[in-house]
Amino acid sequence: MPSRRLAVVDVDRCVGCQLCMFACSRRHGVGGLENSAILVRSVGGVERGFTVVVCRACLDPQCARVCPEEALKPREGGGVVLEPSLCTGCGLCREACVIGAVMWDDEANKPVICIHCGYCAQYCPHGVISIEVRESAS
Amino acid sequence: MTSRKFWTENRPELFDKYMGGAGAAAALLREEVSARTDPLSPENAVVLAVGPLTALYPMASKTVAAFKSPLTGDYGESHAGGRSATAIRMAGYGAIVIRGASRSPVYIAIHEDKVYFRDARALWGMRSSYTVGRVIREAEPGAGVRAIMRIGRAGERLVRYATVITETYRHFGRLGLGAVFGSKKLKALVISGKKSIKVEKPQEYRRVYREIYEAAVKSKLMRKYHDIGTAVNIVPLTRIKALPSLNLKQATLQGIEEVSGEALAERHLAKRVACAHCPVACIHLAALREPYPDEPYFYKTTFVSYDYELIYSLGAMLGVTSTRGLLKLIEAVEALGLDAISTGVALAWATEALEKGVVVASETIAQLKWGDWASYLKAIEYIADQPSQFYKTLAKGVAQAAREYGGEEYALHYAGCEIPGYHTGPAAHIGYAIGARHSHLDSAGYSLDQKILAASQQPPSPQELVDKLVEEECWRQVLSSLVVCYFARGIYTPETTAKALKPLGTAVDSAALRELGQEVYKLKYRLKLELGFNPDSLKIPKRALETPTPLGKISESYFKEAITYFKHKLSKMMA
Repeated sequence: MPSRRLAVVDVDRCVGCQLCMFACSRRHGVGGLENSAILVRSVGGVERGFTVVVCRACLDPQCARVCPEEALKPREGGGVVLEPSLCTGCGLCREACVIGAVMWDDEANKPVICIHCGYCAQYCPHGVISIEVRESAS
Repeated sequence: MTSRKFWTENRPELFDKYMGGAGAAAALLREEVSARTDPLSPENAVVLAVGPLTALYPMASKTVAAFKSPLTGDYGESHAGGRSATAIRMAGYGAIVIRGASRSPVYIAIHEDKVYFRDARALWGMRSSYTVGRVIREAEPGAGVRAIMRIGRAGERLVRYATVITETYRHFGRLGLGAVFGSKKLKALVISGKKSIKVEKPQEYRRVYREIYEAAVKSKLMRKYHDIGTAVNIVPLTRIKALPSLNLKQATLQGIEEVSGEALAERHLAKRVACAHCPVACIHLAALREPYPDEPYFYKTTFVSYDYELIYSLGAMLGVTSTRGLLKLIEAVEALGLDAISTGVALAWATEALEKGVVVASETIAQLKWGDWASYLKAIEYIADQPSQFYKTLAKGVAQAAREYGGEEYALHYAGCEIPGYHTGPAAHIGYAIGARHSHLDSAGYSLDQKILAASQQPPSPQELVDKLVEEECWRQVLSSLVVCYFARGIYTPETTAKALKPLGTAVDSAALRELGQEVYKLKYRLKLELGFNPDSLKIPKRALETPTPLGKISESYFKEAITYFKHKLSKMMA
């Protein structure tokens, strides 16, 4: 079954406007950045360009492997789904993700997980991120 | 700063009445300073304010700083983007007030509710503001959701037109906020946060957001800032002979096309970057590749941000048409934290003063000569370091320098603030004179002049001209209270602005917004007058009367009539 994944297509086109970060929060119906699952930061200053940190939808996600409560379950087609009622906020998932894509909601003390909906990509004016369709996940 | 204490206060009445931004900042500053306040004493305050649209809508990307200006001695207001505005709001603040002065250099770190006073002795005196940014970046958390506002050596050494730099390439540029930071021994302010903002009607909010976003990325309105950037103005302003050059001895410069926006884009543009929450990405960075003279095949490449005003002040005004020279001059003012406009105008005056024998080479040390960028590069360092009495004076601004040395008739300033780069006609100059910040951005007189020129009309009566300028300045108070970048003024019309506020729970119509603009305008002028500003003292530099504009020579009587009418209008508005 084909599945959708948010992909960073060309990070060198990123101008650092962070519209994607704000879009992610807005999708939840709020303004600001609190629940944003995507982060754009400079690579040691604006002059050196940017990096876009977001879940890559791993097919065998390490964050789910380390979760002691099975609160993160592999999602069909890659990535994970969070079951907040099972999460104790231990933070192991955050440490396990080598690219740092498990964001954190400090208020709820739980991870913020990208669901690959693609809402942010609709607000990327420079073609940095887009939704990619994976034909078959195995 | 004096007792290294912080606290938060709820001031809903300020934000209810003025929305935020410029209105709230001016009101807060008014509580802090008076005519007696020395701008470089601990009694001066720095206010940084954001507004209700900050972090909620695209292009609402600016922070307003208010302070008593050490350059003019009256109201100081300066706007900057970068990530400053979103960071302040995401940290949970509407405004920040900085009082007092530290005994030793510190920087302030604000991470949401926590505030730290960090030792900055090791950062004081550092050669380049770039390095200061680099150090703080490593030392503090919040990458991606923070702003690092810092001063360079010019601010430490109290150059009255020193800037505060944020995110390497954006500035609180004008009127000397950097010197106020320096006088407080405040090297930097870093602020971070990622809070959320509840909106009353999420669905409507998302819909209005989409409309504004579409307008920003698809309409022609933002195209010019997006493609070539503000530097696109060099060619048209040269064509109509409105680009102040060689200290405004003339209004066009041979060879300036070498450093036009088009030429820079073609040969040097390396990348474009954006302020937080702005899709436009108007910040144009040129790559400057420099060989080291002592070793073959050894280069350094730096990225230099250029804009129209810098090409005017460090290019046209100084006769510099070499791209390499211009980029090096820009890099130098960035590293030191100097306002490019004031620096260029001060050095243009100094060059002419040297030419005319008003000052001598032993005073200027550098042999200032039009086009000789290597000499200007030295002089820029001298403004920061102040190795002689001459540079100590020049560091106080062109008005002070001309008062002490002479050459007032070609010292280009209004009320002490060096002129911006538009010699388009009477509206530009009268706008500089009567604008609350003496800035071209107060009322965009240059735009009014060009409209008159395009329609092949004569300038209106001085009264009508002043009315138009004041009306524009009043509306801009709304934008700068919300706070929206002026580049987006074509999108944030009164109707769109009202529409944007509605889902946030603020029901206003265009008429109410215009009224708010008038209130903020009056507040700013009330404060200006209290601080000692006197409209009677407004003078047009003689040079601006001598060099023809595209609308002909400005007549002194026209200017005077405008000022008289303005005084009258102002006292009526205040009554």
